[in-house]
Amino acid sequence: MISMTLLYYVAALLFFAVAFFSAKDKRYSSALFWFSYGLIFLLGDFMPPALVGGLVVLMALVAGFAGVKGGVHQTLDLQQRLESVKRLGNRLFIPALMIPLLTVFSALVLVHIQGDGWSLLDPKNATLSALGLAAFFAVLAALYFTKEKPQQALKESSRLIEAIGWAFLLPQLLATLGLLFNQAGVGETVSQLTSLYLNLNHPLLAVACYAIGMALFTVIMGNAFAAFPVITAGIGMPLLVLQHGGDPAIMAAIGMFCGYCGTLLTPMAANFNIVPAALLELPDKNAVIKAQAPTALLLLGVNIVLMYLLMF
Amino acid sequence: MPDFSLWPLLGIAVVMLGFLLKLNPVLVVTVAAFVTGMAVKMPILSWFESLGTAFLKTRNLPLILLLPLAVIGLLERHGLREKAQSWIQQIKAATTGRLLLVYLALRESTAAAGLTSLGGHPQMVRPLLSPMAEAAFEQKHHSLPDKIKYKIRAMSAATDNIGLFFGEDIFVAFGAIILMHTFLRESGIETDPLHIALWGIPTAIAAFLIHGSRLIRFDAYLERQLKYELKQAPLQEQLHD
Repeated sequence: MISMTLLYYVAALLFFAVAFFSAKDKRYSSALFWFSYGLIFLLGDFMPPALVGGLVVLMALVAGFAGVKGGVHQTLDLQQRLESVKRLGNRLFIPALMIPLLTVFSALVLVHIQGDGWSLLDPKNATLSALGLAAFFAVLAALYFTKEKPQQALKESSRLIEAIGWAFLLPQLLATLGLLFNQAGVGETVSQLTSLYLNLNHPLLAVACYAIGMALFTVIMGNAFAAFPVITAGIGMPLLVLQHGGDPAIMAAIGMFCGYCGTLLTPMAANFNIVPAALLELPDKNAVIKAQAPTALLLLGVNIVLMYLLMF
Repeated sequence: MPDFSLWPLLGIAVVMLGFLLKLNPVLVVTVAAFVTGMAVKMPILSWFESLGTAFLKTRNLPLILLLPLAVIGLLERHGLREKAQSWIQQIKAATTGRLLLVYLALRESTAAAGLTSLGGHPQMVRPLLSPMAEAAFEQKHHSLPDKIKYKIRAMSAATDNIGLFFGEDIFVAFGAIILMHTFLRESGIETDPLHIALWGIPTAIAAFLIHGSRLIRFDAYLERQLKYELKQAPLQEQLHD
């Protein structure tokens, strides 16, 4: 019942709302950006893929040349907010905590509600459809407690979407780039290159090379899952497992974690690093990466030592 | 020289150059996608097609950020951040570093149990965690300059990421474990998924110890920053006069 298509339509509605409010505000390039985004979510399945590609390029150009501008949003002033806090008390926490708790509950329990050819949640995307269900009930609860009209919910989500701005597009664009890299054979080229130039006889050097290779290639691709098959096929299997006889399960487990250290260091992992910086309204878009860097680098060193000690 | 084409790597060069020059990332990534397509002699129409197809395939990505925003926005309008702040200020022992340390422990252990959606930037960090972390500092020092506020926010986001990454990977049903298992099987090596998950535990513990000890020292670091900021502030006022 809560299918991905339904969630795409909800997303389209939220994007169209942003487009509407920015058009009303005479920020037409922003409106164009959010309208195109909504259109892809609403009608994407019925459009020829080349047209979707065209819309994506259009959005990227608008965003790239600073056409997506935030608006001025009316919020309650501090006095009114504090009065609300006094009136609502701890009830303010209820809708906020409903999102994570109801998501977990739905993904674990409600996911089993199904008949023949029918199910409450999409079993292939259980977490996302559970999140959709939780967000829906949390909105109802929030509207009930705050006595706001439903339009206000759209206004508030538009305010936050505009605070994030063009960074919203980035995770999807990067995933798209990753798929294009695959099509173009970037992974094969890298593993051919490494097997051509790397000839490491000492196991510690080989381990370091694999670990740093995982981290570096994750920095480039923005995703440890994309780096894992390439670097493991290129360096891990031939050097660590076949030449030095290491345990493949340990190599895989710690190798993936080396990739995660790379994820903490790269703007290419936009949904973890750049989008939160925008969401928290930080002036430096790399602030989250800078906060993570010492942990990531130390942990990469620890991983090399662990792999060397445990694998052989 | 290698006897295979290096052209597919041109897109990577574009990405690195673009980020080094601090150009707009959306533009950099689009140009990199275009260059990659052209480097492997993809016809322009099929380039647009693969771009569109890939974009449609990844439409699930923004949802996780998008769906909680309406609730969070409504509650913020009615003072959720202020409420979270006054709540944490009742706990006298709370400091920014200790609060984040507790969050790290909760986030990493629940993610290890497969409960990854209990945290997250839109639903936990922005409305609850970072306002509390900011308020804990302000309570103690009666001052919160912007620079310090931004450092606290960035560390809150970082703590959520680190707890999630190094917790979820020791949960055996997590996608990464399946991916590794499948990959090794295709390479002709049989492993037990449980084995892979278990060998992740030493790193998960190391991640907690490293980031945790940074968080314990975070309070003292912020204090030094505050002293520095307060020393700078009168200087800047003099410059403005």
